[in-house]
Amino acid sequence: MTNYLFIEAREPFTSRDPEFLERTAIALKQRGHQVTVFLVQNGVLAARKNIRDGYLSRLTGAGVTLLADDFSLSERGIQAGELLPGIQPSGMETLVEALLTENTKAIWH
Amino acid sequence: MTEKKLTLALMDPPYESANSTTALRIISAALQKGIHVNVFAYEGAVCLPLKDQAPHANPVKGTTVEQEEHPTTRAFISSLLEMGKENPQLTWVNCGLCVDERGAGNVVEGVKRGSPADFLKMAQESTNTLVIPTK
Repeated sequence: MTNYLFIEAREPFTSRDPEFLERTAIALKQRGHQVTVFLVQNGVLAARKNIRDGYLSRLTGAGVTLLADDFSLSERGIQAGELLPGIQPSGMETLVEALLTENTKAIWH
Repeated sequence: MTEKKLTLALMDPPYESANSTTALRIISAALQKGIHVNVFAYEGAVCLPLKDQAPHANPVKGTTVEQEEHPTTRAFISSLLEMGKENPQLTWVNCGLCVDERGAGNVVEGVKRGSPADFLKMAQESTNTLVIPTK
């Protein structure tokens, strides 16, 4: 089993790029890998529970771990209570720990 | 490999993308945890540590240079290099060809000149490598 760590900086409202993330992360999870998505920068905009197409809900439903950068959330005025269930605000130290976990492949998107 | 080490490849020029801020935050968090960090700056990212960067006033808000406290990437990088002076160590290498193309040789103290071969070496000796590409 491999740990896949996706760092998602893109939001899904102006392009369909995050579909790549959704398809890839779910496919990897279905093949038995550990998959984490760390949302950063505008990527955190998709973490709000009031958005129309919650692709991140499908990721949590598939068992993917979802983390959201607390600094990016704060910059955009998003409170922890506004997040979709299953998304945890996290700091950069968490991302560093994940990067240094053995057998981890990191993909910036 | 006994000690943990993280390598980052950066490509964005300064003041263009939030990627630069995030990269500097990752480097800072790693150094604070005692992790050694290698940075290979490629393409526009070689301008991140340019010594000639100057903070500026904000005429729209009517603030002076001092009031504005405009952050420069070269000041952040100098601080990170100070944090990573010995243990943990921060090694910052600018791609030499990218530097020459951009006339970007006047950089803050501690930044080294290298080539993509250095990036390969860095990746081979690291626990993990993160490439932060331009979009």
